Amino acid sequence: MLGYLIRRLLATIPVIVVVALVVFSLLYLTPGDPAAVIAGDIATVADIERIRQQLGLDQPFRIRFWTWASAVLRGDLGVSIFTNLPVTQLIGQRIEPTLSLAVCTLIMAVSLAVPMGVLAAWKAGKIVDRLVMLFSVAGFSIPVFVLAYLLIYLFAIDLDWLPVQGYTPLREGFWPWLSHLILPSMALGTIYIALIARTTRAAMLEVLSQDYVRTAHAKGLAPAVVLMRHALKNAAVPIVTIVGIGVGLLISGVVVTESVFAIPGIGRLTVDAILRRDYPIIQGVILLFSAVYVLVNLLVDLSYRFFDPRIQY
Amino acid sequence: MAAIADNVAAPATASQSPTWLRIKDALRRHPTAILGAVALLLLILMAVLAPLLFTVDPQAISPIRRLRPPSETYWFGTDMLGRDVYSRVVYGARVSLAVGLSVGLLATVIGLAIGLVTGFLRWLDGIVMRIMDGLMSIPSVLLAIALMALTKASLENVIIAITITEVPRVVRLIRGLVLTLREQPYVDAAIAAGTGTTRILLRHILPNTVAPLLVQSTYICASAMLTEAILSFLGAGTPPNIPSWGNIMAEGRSLFQIANYLIFFPGLFLSIAVLSINLLGDGLRDALDPRLARTM
Repeated sequence: MLGYLIRRLLATIPVIVVVALVVFSLLYLTPGDPAAVIAGDIATVADIERIRQQLGLDQPFRIRFWTWASAVLRGDLGVSIFTNLPVTQLIGQRIEPTLSLAVCTLIMAVSLAVPMGVLAAWKAGKIVDRLVMLFSVAGFSIPVFVLAYLLIYLFAIDLDWLPVQGYTPLREGFWPWLSHLILPSMALGTIYIALIARTTRAAMLEVLSQDYVRTAHAKGLAPAVVLMRHALKNAAVPIVTIVGIGVGLLISGVVVTESVFAIPGIGRLTVDAILRRDYPIIQGVILLFSAVYVLVNLLVDLSYRFFDPRIQY
Repeated sequence: MAAIADNVAAPATASQSPTWLRIKDALRRHPTAILGAVALLLLILMAVLAPLLFTVDPQAISPIRRLRPPSETYWFGTDMLGRDVYSRVVYGARVSLAVGLSVGLLATVIGLAIGLVTGFLRWLDGIVMRIMDGLMSIPSVLLAIALMALTKASLENVIIAITITEVPRVVRLIRGLVLTLREQPYVDAAIAAGTGTTRILLRHILPNTVAPLLVQSTYICASAMLTEAILSFLGAGTPPNIPSWGNIMAEGRSLFQIANYLIFFPGLFLSIAVLSINLLGDGLRDALDPRLARTM
């Protein structure tokens, strides 16, 4: 186990390096001269040159990458061009809404999608199965922001059950917090539910055709026991894998969902940064999200043994 | 001579036909795939014939007639500049389909080339796959956004940016296939017979990647259309002077409470387009991969 853990951790290093190179190149390739931008309109050529030297912009790619990467490793993501605040501070201020949205969506999606997939596999070919598959293909096809507006129109404007937009921190009460997250989670989670339900169904169908499932049925066990204890447990590995891979979808969706629902999170920060071309923020956010994605999938890999003790690392 | 050539050609087409037959058979068994194909065809027709479909200039502004709700004159209403939303949506099909098809084609061809070579050349494999893994761990919409932030907004740049995010998926698929295929006895036989690497790749490996590649490229097409809409919606995509479905919705964002049709109509068309491609892709997958067909 320890040997595997070390090998697996080592294997993520090249991935992280590639991500860092890509992210750094984005800034390196940025059109325009950051020194000129920072110096402002009334700066002289000498001022610009001084700032350029201060920032190390006159150094070659290799050295600049090294300086940047070692700063990132120390937790320094640079300074926003627009607000002059450290990027880590800006991200820190906005992490709560994004984390709340992601966790809410994750919990809702997994607790809905897995039963849906199990049910569809159990009743394969029946009307329930068809409905789940229909939902799944529709979930893949409706853009997250279109769904978001439909939900706002139906539940917030027409029925007036939930707030239209905005975010309330958790410390101001559980219900105000949750009520602002229900619609965003539904919009964001739909494609995720579609993905997980589909994979759960496929994995369950595979397991349900095994001999030991037939034996369990023949012993006269209740269908629920066979489904949950014999089948689902053995279908867990592909399901957990897709939950991890789907985090990528979730992250992409967060950016859009936060914009539609005016949630002041990291996604919103990203969109504002794009519109202002505030590259250090864009870089920092991409680096953070990619690291989260790599980390989640590392944890997923390590969890296989928990779900299936037969797996030897 | 011609007659002989015809005779030789005939079995060749016959040997290709099982794939084609399976597609036809599956389309018959999957009415939803036919539905998808027909809807897609209609959308393509709509895009091509846009000027003939009772549209007006999609860019013609008319400040007096702004924000009119859908009516007999303005089927889908007018936007805040008085432009006819129906015409904009019809013309918008051109942008979405162009992006979807171009990205589908480009990503498939580039990914196929890289995948074939890396799958066959061991020394290259490690390097290229680490790069692909790295690219794939950056959430695709974010990568596309970042690439768009580097360049000026244009349709070509949108297509390039989305293609870059989709290529690694194709490379991974093809490489996996090549790794399996190269262990096949007929490849060993070809190597033993002294066939060159290029010829083995083109004659023995490439034809076997066509079916899964076809399925993958339909999904890429669908996902590219969604990404284009997201980019435009966030203001980092197709330039605002081109009426794309994402742009129309982006402009309707702030007016959602008073003019929801600005989001509704383009959103509906985009969903239908993506849905029809996905249905077609599912049908193709069932047809071309009988093992998967049972489970998915």
